[in-house]
Amino acid sequence: MVEEIFSIRKYLRNLKLPFCPGCGIFTVMNSFLRAVHNLGFENLKSFVFCSGIGCSSWISSPYFIADSIHTIHGRSIPVATGVKLVRPDLNVVVFGGDGDIVGIGLSHFIHAARRNLDILVIMINNMVYGMTGGQVAPTTPFGVKTTTTPYGAFEHPIDAPKLAVTAGACYSARWTTAHPKELRESIEKTLRMKGFRFIEVVSQCPTTIGRRMGFKNAGEMVKWFKEKAVPVEQVEKMAEKELEGKIIVGEFVEREKPTLTENIQSRMGRLRIEG
Amino acid sequence: MKMVKPGVYFWQGNEACAEGAITAGCRFFAGYPITPASEIAEHMAKRLPQIGGIAIQMEDEMASIGAVIGASWAGAKAMTATSGPGFSLMQESIGYAFMTETPCVVVDVQRLGPSTGQATKCGQGDVMQSRWGTHGDHAAIVLAPNSVQEMFDLTIKAFNLAEKYRTPVIILADATIAHMREKITVPSLEEIEIINRKKPEADEKAFFGFEEVPPMPAVGEGFNVPVTGSTHNEYGIRFTADPMVHRKLVERLNSKIENHVEEIAEVETYNFDDCKIGIVSFGCTSRAVPEAVEEAEKRGVKAGYIRLKTIWPFPEKKVEIMAEKAETIIVPEINLKQLFYEVERASKGLAKVVPLNKIGGGELITPEELLNKILEAAN
Repeated sequence: MVEEIFSIRKYLRNLKLPFCPGCGIFTVMNSFLRAVHNLGFENLKSFVFCSGIGCSSWISSPYFIADSIHTIHGRSIPVATGVKLVRPDLNVVVFGGDGDIVGIGLSHFIHAARRNLDILVIMINNMVYGMTGGQVAPTTPFGVKTTTTPYGAFEHPIDAPKLAVTAGACYSARWTTAHPKELRESIEKTLRMKGFRFIEVVSQCPTTIGRRMGFKNAGEMVKWFKEKAVPVEQVEKMAEKELEGKIIVGEFVEREKPTLTENIQSRMGRLRIEG
Repeated sequence: MKMVKPGVYFWQGNEACAEGAITAGCRFFAGYPITPASEIAEHMAKRLPQIGGIAIQMEDEMASIGAVIGASWAGAKAMTATSGPGFSLMQESIGYAFMTETPCVVVDVQRLGPSTGQATKCGQGDVMQSRWGTHGDHAAIVLAPNSVQEMFDLTIKAFNLAEKYRTPVIILADATIAHMREKITVPSLEEIEIINRKKPEADEKAFFGFEEVPPMPAVGEGFNVPVTGSTHNEYGIRFTADPMVHRKLVERLNSKIENHVEEIAEVETYNFDDCKIGIVSFGCTSRAVPEAVEEAEKRGVKAGYIRLKTIWPFPEKKVEIMAEKAETIIVPEINLKQLFYEVERASKGLAKVVPLNKIGGGELITPEELLNKILEAAN
């Protein structure tokens, strides 16, 4: 028997992808679809993808051969909430950038974790507003120059995976595009889990922030991620000073809790809306 | 308790709106508390689980309308309810619902703005927000109930129009209508027309064009539907630069409503085509009109009225007919001239259009004040 060769194409519409050369989104797309393939999904019919505005929101819309709802900026999680409450049987996955998920949409992110809404959120963190040309984001490292912080960012970045843990997520992890294997495994695991699941992928935008930070190409950025990455297991042994400028990778939480759907069902005795 | 039994009830306006929604088939509600609309959320929270639906209080109004849009694409009839400030927060998503042809109902129980204004008091200041609140070229369907009965009836109509035209429909109520209690008759289900969205055939792929109102699949039905608020072709594929794709889409979205004004725009009239003094009004203000007209007639003034049950699309032909005979048209409203200019435009200079405005403290325009304006205009 010939082993089936994985082809990303079976999940994609025959359209030209819009991402810049070297964009980290390709790695995320590949990792996600490989995970889906490894789990035995021949197609994406049991999935619904919700996304907002930003480069990352174009991952699923309209490139995946699937139901995809490409919403306005920041509101992918509320739309996913409506979908999941009406159709709890579907796998609802949200793709979004850091601006979409923890900038304009932050409140929804926290509340979805608090509710334990049964969805997977994959946040591609390129540390910048890339689609609009490289403005400072709530994830931009301190001191980094962007088009709206020409003298260097004077705010500290948000730690989204930690926030997800505090808010009540069932799973929270951070990887970078230098960790495609770990990312794929993480996606495979979370697609088999229930509850609010969150994966942040620190990703390169060579076109905007990469150039401004002095990286010559995407490869240099990915190398930088590899160098800066510290496994979460090692963090306890490190001093705060040592952790400055590092990217903590790994799984921050993995736990089981009744989901929003289950809590509604147990209170109201229903699973799926009639008619 | 499941569906409300036919019969006579003594209900609050907001309660009638919620029961109307349930009767129309609404099975999903998402909202955020705000005076004077909160009773709709409270009633839906109690009632929807009893009939297999879901009501959820979201973290804000943007999330509420977002969840409603998601629920609609998952196949449910869905509604949210708010007031002026929350309605402002929903505007971006109302435009999204228009662009993606997502049927849903948004109730705006108007209060007195701008901003927090007099939050518990009645106002009619969202006439233009309901029409032009979201950006870009769009058409709006806005219904304006003036009684508890119409909070029920027009909510059903709102769902029917939303489903038929695949578009968001707004119910522009006000604090007076929403909070008062009145007698209401709930007809039997056989007497109520319920319209459901057209579903696609198994092999269909064009859910965003070719037909005036294309069929709408739900997610999870195997249609692989790409939904986007970006300009898209008939198959939902994004085209962010092609002028023809944009023109074709946005012109169709507007014309599918504008071509059916006669069917959508409902008015109640009295001597409107044969009066000396005409009145054009809506909502709580319109409740003072019949008495004022009757008193004017007793004093020998031939008066008539158009009462807008649909504000947008604006029934301009009716107003033009009124203006052909009438010397003066009075436009009373609890705002500083919002409907007025629309009536002036529609009357094409054939009649003098006079405003009658009053704002503050929730005070309404009384029949006496309206009568005085009629008599003043007649002499």
